Amino acid sequence: MAFFNSLNRFGDYCMFLWRCFSIPEKWKEFFKRYLDEISKLGIDSIPLILIVSLFIGSLCTILIKLNISNPLLPRYSVGLTTREIILLEFSSSILCLILSGKIGSNIASEIGTMRVTEQIDALDIMGINSANYLVMPKITGLITIMPFMVVICMATSLFGGWLICILTGIVSPDTYIYGIQTQFTEWYVWFALIKSLFFAFIISSISSFYGYSVEGGSIEVGKASTDAVVMSNIMILVADVILTKLMLQ
Amino acid sequence: MIEVKGINKSFKENGSYRQVLYDINAKFYDGKTNLIIGQSGSGKTVLVKNIVGLFKPDDGQILYDGRDITVMDRKQLKELRKEIGMLFQGSALFDSETVLGNVIFPLKMFSKMSHEEQRERAQFCIDRVNLTGSENKFPSELSGGMQKRAAIARAIALNPKYLFCDEPNSGLDPKTSIVIDELLSDITHEFGITTIINTHDMNSVMGIGENIVFINKGHVGWIGNKDEVYSVDNDDLNNFVYATDLFRDVRKYRRQHGYTPTRQQ
Repeated sequence: MAFFNSLNRFGDYCMFLWRCFSIPEKWKEFFKRYLDEISKLGIDSIPLILIVSLFIGSLCTILIKLNISNPLLPRYSVGLTTREIILLEFSSSILCLILSGKIGSNIASEIGTMRVTEQIDALDIMGINSANYLVMPKITGLITIMPFMVVICMATSLFGGWLICILTGIVSPDTYIYGIQTQFTEWYVWFALIKSLFFAFIISSISSFYGYSVEGGSIEVGKASTDAVVMSNIMILVADVILTKLMLQ
Repeated sequence: MIEVKGINKSFKENGSYRQVLYDINAKFYDGKTNLIIGQSGSGKTVLVKNIVGLFKPDDGQILYDGRDITVMDRKQLKELRKEIGMLFQGSALFDSETVLGNVIFPLKMFSKMSHEEQRERAQFCIDRVNLTGSENKFPSELSGGMQKRAAIARAIALNPKYLFCDEPNSGLDPKTSIVIDELLSDITHEFGITTIINTHDMNSVMGIGENIVFINKGHVGWIGNKDEVYSVDNDDLNNFVYATDLFRDVRKYRRQHGYTPTRQQ
């Protein structure tokens, strides 16, 4: 029974996406909302990204230094390992898991509140495709801005590692810089950027779907918001495994 | 005119079907305030949602000046909806937009007017509902009555042929309710709109009920107008209309004096 319910829900999600990806009623209005969403979902998240990235970059550097204190390993391996962790996992997957909490709950609660206060019905009655009008700018906006957020995350995390080297002296800053330049694989940056596009789609579409299909009142909106974040996180991890297997092996 | 013919509607609940509407037949006339009345849970909201196309009936026809909404494809439905305005129970104003933004929204989406013309039309609608001066206020800054008026302004912005109102007086004090009723009545007569009001407010029924459809347990219980309500011999309707002491006194007064007290400002 649970299997059929899940299948039914997935079917609803596909139908919802089908409605989202139709031609906008007015392109001018779409671009206005698209830019608004880039600002709201992306630009407004930059302070969070800066704080989280700075500390995670610092932590990575400290923990790697603590765990690979081996005379056989070169000292620059701290910078090199920090870079690989940040490029391969943190800047895309972990960042998106964190952002799904902020952005996902924001999207689900906003659309859910519009649903329970009949604002979505008002759009439908006017003859507007509400799924397209409300959701497509969010999906396209987040997909557009996510790679930039990933680049900011990469730069800030590496800067955090460098800063902790200066502040604590666990590794000399020059050695750290040498480490993050050594054996650099450009493809890893592309890998993180490509993954982030998929994760942006997952966060925005799943959260929108949960918000759009709310029935009831404020309690259901809260539940939808939580469910949206949980489901987005699960799907990000599943997609991460699949994409890593496909693109790195 | 909107004509409803033989509408049945049921919903799936816990694996079985529960019928909510049974063979509904009714006519809603141009330039008149048509009221759908009935107790909570009687099926009147489901009926309105069927009429506007938010629900699809199991069978029957819903004719908008001869055009059957139940067989329309998405494109035809979209065209028809441009002729429909709707006032929701909770106003359903867009929180992120000002009053002007809300009223101008349908014009931006569907009209071919220039920006200046859109502003003029929106301002006309705002003035018409007596909200002049509140153009730049957000819905959260408005009282319940003002929100309803803003929603009415948005509903009439595109000059609709059909106006639907779901419980327009819910949550309003009696005086504000009268203001909203009279506004809806005036707009209906002024623009010749087919207005359908879903309500269980007896003040509205007695004040503006030019054509009343009483829904009882999913069936059409009675059809008439506000003058006939006092004399009709229908137990279900009487139990609904005269549920309060006030209206029982009105009936008694009318029977004693042969007329109905009217509203006075």
